[in-house]
Amino acid sequence: MSRVLARRERRAAWLFLAPAIVVLLLVAAWPLSKTFYLSLTDANFGNPDQYGFVGLRNYADVLDDRLWWKSLSNTLFFTVASVGIETVLGIAIALLLNQAIPGRGMLRASILIPWAIPVVVSAKIWEWMLHDQFGVINAVLIHLGVIERGLAWMAEPGLALWVIVFVDVWITTPFMVLLILAGLQMISKEVLEAAYVDGVPAWRRFISITLPLLRPSIGVAVLFRTLDALRMFDLSYVLGGNSQKTMTVSIYARNQLVSFQQMGLGSAASTWVFFLVALAAILLIGLLKLHKPAEG
Amino acid sequence: MLSQRARRKTGQWAKGFAVALTVIYTIFPYYWAINSSFKSGQQLFEVNLWPSLDLVHYRALMGDPDFIGSILNSVIVASSTTFIALALATFSAYALGRLEFAGKRAVLLAFLSVSMFPQVAVLSGMFELIRWLGLYNHVGSLVLAYLLFTLPFTIWVLTSFMREFPRELSEAAMMDGCSHWRTLTRIYLPLMGPALASTGLLAFIAAWNEFLFALTFILTDENRTIPVAIGLISGNSRYEFPFGPVMAASVIVTLPLIVLVLIFQRKIVSGLTAGAVKG
Repeated sequence: MSRVLARRERRAAWLFLAPAIVVLLLVAAWPLSKTFYLSLTDANFGNPDQYGFVGLRNYADVLDDRLWWKSLSNTLFFTVASVGIETVLGIAIALLLNQAIPGRGMLRASILIPWAIPVVVSAKIWEWMLHDQFGVINAVLIHLGVIERGLAWMAEPGLALWVIVFVDVWITTPFMVLLILAGLQMISKEVLEAAYVDGVPAWRRFISITLPLLRPSIGVAVLFRTLDALRMFDLSYVLGGNSQKTMTVSIYARNQLVSFQQMGLGSAASTWVFFLVALAAILLIGLLKLHKPAEG
Repeated sequence: MLSQRARRKTGQWAKGFAVALTVIYTIFPYYWAINSSFKSGQQLFEVNLWPSLDLVHYRALMGDPDFIGSILNSVIVASSTTFIALALATFSAYALGRLEFAGKRAVLLAFLSVSMFPQVAVLSGMFELIRWLGLYNHVGSLVLAYLLFTLPFTIWVLTSFMREFPRELSEAAMMDGCSHWRTLTRIYLPLMGPALASTGLLAFIAAWNEFLFALTFILTDENRTIPVAIGLISGNSRYEFPFGPVMAASVIVTLPLIVLVLIFQRKIVSGLTAGAVKG
């Protein structure tokens, strides 16, 4: 009897999963394989049905392109800087939100606003605020005497990428805060109170109790954000235009595909992006020990 | 050396200051967009904290059929994607959260790894698929493509919600001889309202905000979704940038989103954290 039930359960499970599996084979597995396949050819967007095989030449051609390396270094810089700042800021705001303080409800609500606004809209708002002549940021900085003349933020080679980092921090810190806050609320108050009674100073309580217990939440948040940052497209595309100063690997790959119509070369670049993200995922999951449960 | 009480008081002040600073940091840019959207002509170039309530940009946008059309396109795309993703994810979540079968872990991991795909990695393959289905330059192409990121995510979040329900529910249903289909539709589905609402909101927002696919698979203005429409508003030169209309458009498309987020604050937070922390 129970054997029959188990078999019925197994059959039901696969039937329930079937629609989602079929859809994901269609929109994920198939396009990914097709991209990989096209990356080995000299296919062209103008005439996508006529092509010949070129082996791994497209992969080598991408690596020979100076602009690819520039995009890669931009992407890596952007990822490390923005995820790093977001994590620190996220922990700070989450700690603040976790306390009984006036204005907490207001803070919790306001933090969701940057997260809910479409990235394109955020990019436009910041572009306007950072406008060299009429932007409010330059006006305030001039008023405070920090600068004498308005800065052209996106035109300065040393500044443009930092502006992208800064805006990304504004957009995605809420996500960090929410995940870290959820982790904070799972920490038992008793441990912290015991340490408080024993006279352990606040910063030691944070370093040796709160932070280790938060490791899983911070780890998951850092993993999600890093993978997101490595494939970032819209923010740089809208805010940076097609400028090389802020080009990311996703923009590079799309340019090859759509603007230059090089389906083969563009697919090879896309596949490099896929490998980059996969490598980061494997490294981070190992490094942050996310597959192991937290001790304590 | 400060007294205990004085120190606590300064601490309280410092925290209040930090809260105020954070609220200004998160809200000010949106406030500035609203402020600028009400200014026209020369006013736009003056820095005033208070707007003048000039509705000229809003009137112009409301009379622009392409803008209204792109809002409609976005509504169609985001709600269809959300509906399909939720329906398929509910079935999957029942299997993954309630049923026992070999290969469950592998399926979960496969779904999770799809959600990590960089969108650009499937771009040329997806383009071929869409052309083959005859959906190029049609909003249907986006509904299909958006399942790539909404489906794995909704499955993941709904599965963790499903695991929270007491197992006794299934056992009781089985005792009464209910089929799995009836157990899901008659017993679990009525309980899943809040979970579906929070997961659906997250999927809706993700689909509403998507840019890369919408930019690539749609060719003409009347079929565009709103993020691309806003992204492509531009003047004839760098010095003619129409920031007034762009800010008005930004306010129009984000206001409903922000109202929704503020109303369903708790649901959104529980959806986000259910997917990430308990996973």
